[in-house]
Amino acid sequence: MNVSLFIPCLVDQFFPSVGINLVKILRKAGVSVDYPREQTCCGQPAFNSGYHEEATQLARRFLEVFGEAETIVSPSGSCTSMVKVFYPEILQDPGLRQQLREVTGRTYEFSDFLVNVMGIKDLGATFPHRVTYHDACHLFRELGVHRAPRELIRHVRSIELVEMENSDACCGFGGTFSVKFPEISTAMAQDKSAAILKTEAEYVVANDSSCLMQIGGYLSRQGLPIKPLHLADLLGENIE
Amino acid sequence: MNRTPSQFKILASENIADRRLRRTFQSATGHALGQRAQSVQLVPEWEDLRERAHRIKEEAVEHLDFYLEKLEASVIRRGGRVFWARDASEASNYVVDLCRRLQASTVVKSKSMAAEEIGLADALEAAGVQPVETDLGEFIIQVAGETPSHIIAPALHMTRQQIGNLFHEKFGIPYTDIPAELCAFARQRLRREFLSARLGISGVNFAAADTGTIAIVENEGNARLCTSLPRVHVAIMGLEKVIPRFSDLPLFLRLLARSSTGQKQTSYVSMISGPRREGEWDGPEEFHLVLLDNGRSDILADPRVRRSLYCIRCGACLNTCPIYQRVGGHSYGSVYSGPIGSVLTPLFQGLEAAKDLPYASSLCGSCSNICPVKIDLHHQLLWLREKLVSRRATPWQERLAMSLFAAGMKDPALYRMGSALLRLLLKVSGKSNRPFTVPGWSPTRDFPALAQTSFKEWWESNRQQEEEP
Repeated sequence: MNVSLFIPCLVDQFFPSVGINLVKILRKAGVSVDYPREQTCCGQPAFNSGYHEEATQLARRFLEVFGEAETIVSPSGSCTSMVKVFYPEILQDPGLRQQLREVTGRTYEFSDFLVNVMGIKDLGATFPHRVTYHDACHLFRELGVHRAPRELIRHVRSIELVEMENSDACCGFGGTFSVKFPEISTAMAQDKSAAILKTEAEYVVANDSSCLMQIGGYLSRQGLPIKPLHLADLLGENIE
Repeated sequence: MNRTPSQFKILASENIADRRLRRTFQSATGHALGQRAQSVQLVPEWEDLRERAHRIKEEAVEHLDFYLEKLEASVIRRGGRVFWARDASEASNYVVDLCRRLQASTVVKSKSMAAEEIGLADALEAAGVQPVETDLGEFIIQVAGETPSHIIAPALHMTRQQIGNLFHEKFGIPYTDIPAELCAFARQRLRREFLSARLGISGVNFAAADTGTIAIVENEGNARLCTSLPRVHVAIMGLEKVIPRFSDLPLFLRLLARSSTGQKQTSYVSMISGPRREGEWDGPEEFHLVLLDNGRSDILADPRVRRSLYCIRCGACLNTCPIYQRVGGHSYGSVYSGPIGSVLTPLFQGLEAAKDLPYASSLCGSCSNICPVKIDLHHQLLWLREKLVSRRATPWQERLAMSLFAAGMKDPALYRMGSALLRLLLKVSGKSNRPFTVPGWSPTRDFPALAQTSFKEWWESNRQQEEEP
């Protein structure tokens, strides 16, 4: 199987290890990996702020870049849901809608892809630590993916997964929301952090770098020792 | 206290800093959510019920003209009268005129968001009529001179200690914060009003077009008294409350009670089909139904936000909303708060008057997820944002930033160049590993530093060797 990587701009610029580890994981899973180098951003920042025309231009680009790809895999529930859920709402061009349907049908968030498409739960990783898992909103509610990441975590050797209270409560990121309403966004991060602290975990794991940036940014400002960790980093760094 | 939706940012900042208020809201909404979850769990077909309710509301709203005329005909056939009110003042004036004709100096009123929306209480007072709120929560906030902070629990923002103090100060009764005692006092006081009022005002939860029956749900019995004791009953409903058939009612009653309070059924469900008829012992002599438009036709005209008219006002989206939970209902500056308020208020009062509300959401989607009639609330918010942008109502700095963003992202060469240039600049100025300072973000949270090597660069330099195992 050939997988084309869809790497969010945030990962590309700030958290490249997530992409590097995803490459490692996918190769370990026995698929060949390709990275269409013309890709940039899915357009979600524009779309969420109401700039649908700008977002539509980027949706068209996505189809140009990934139109021929056999399978598209991304280490982000948010960017994946932009393509699968929100592109169909803005892309009105009848000529492109059929192609969009086909492409979105072949696009997956990486944990969903591994568990539900490849049938792989055990990547042979070892991680002797206590972790808790945060359900990112888009991954959980737009894509309905919450079992797959937990399956992958449970199959890691020596790991201890402790569920936090309201693991599906929003961390408060929400794109530009986080800077438009800093007090509300921070209050949400505060409550999320309190739930994480209660688990006494060493790491908070999620499948979206944006949530981890919000949660991790708050935790480190508070001087709390819990570390944010993308599931791709957890798995990729610790594969034998 | 005159709050407007344009003050959302200021009000939200104030309320979020009020620790007591925040605790009150978080514990009250948390409790409501817990009750709801328990009662929904007992209905394995819940998702099917939501889907059915969505379809029925769709049918009603897509053929609103047809069903409203049918409702009107049914009500008239049963001996009731129907008044079509284009806006708030037409609706209020109709009720004021009724009071004048009846020479009513006080009227009893049960809970109605439509009445709140049109400011009926103020209109009555201006005309010299004393409106008496008979729902306990509404009674409390009327005494306090407040406005509702929640669609179904208007006094949610107050603790029982505050209510005890309020009653002590306003009515001179000994201080108590025992709910049963506070309730008993209100009950005694209100009983007199029920017996003497000539006009009773109520809202409407559902109106069945085929039978002309209005249904009112409540837990205190005050709505039943308001609608049966006085000589005249006037019910006010937003146009969207019509449902096609009486037989649709049980479905909606199940969804509403469980979603709002977690009850299987509310203590009282009143179904009223017209005034007292010959041979009947009780009920009002006259029944009036006010059909309130007040901006609803305009919402209906826009297919992208039309689904907001499916709302049955259960309040579940408020309870589950992480923003509502933290800023409370008063921050929204309007009678409708939470996600549904953020959709309806800009539509009712004009987008420019409520610019911040469509953005007052992290788009987490829990509102859409919990909605018993499956309104895609956060998608509706996105459409409102788009409307604001297309009217050029967003700040010019943001518009500029977004066009630059799109231009950079559309052109991979530009993206690559920008990314390399940024890294070079940071390196030259010795700031490579330094976290970014982002306005709005950095005062409370650390922002990461730009990675030394982007994924794209890594791929380009590692591709060959990686591909040869």
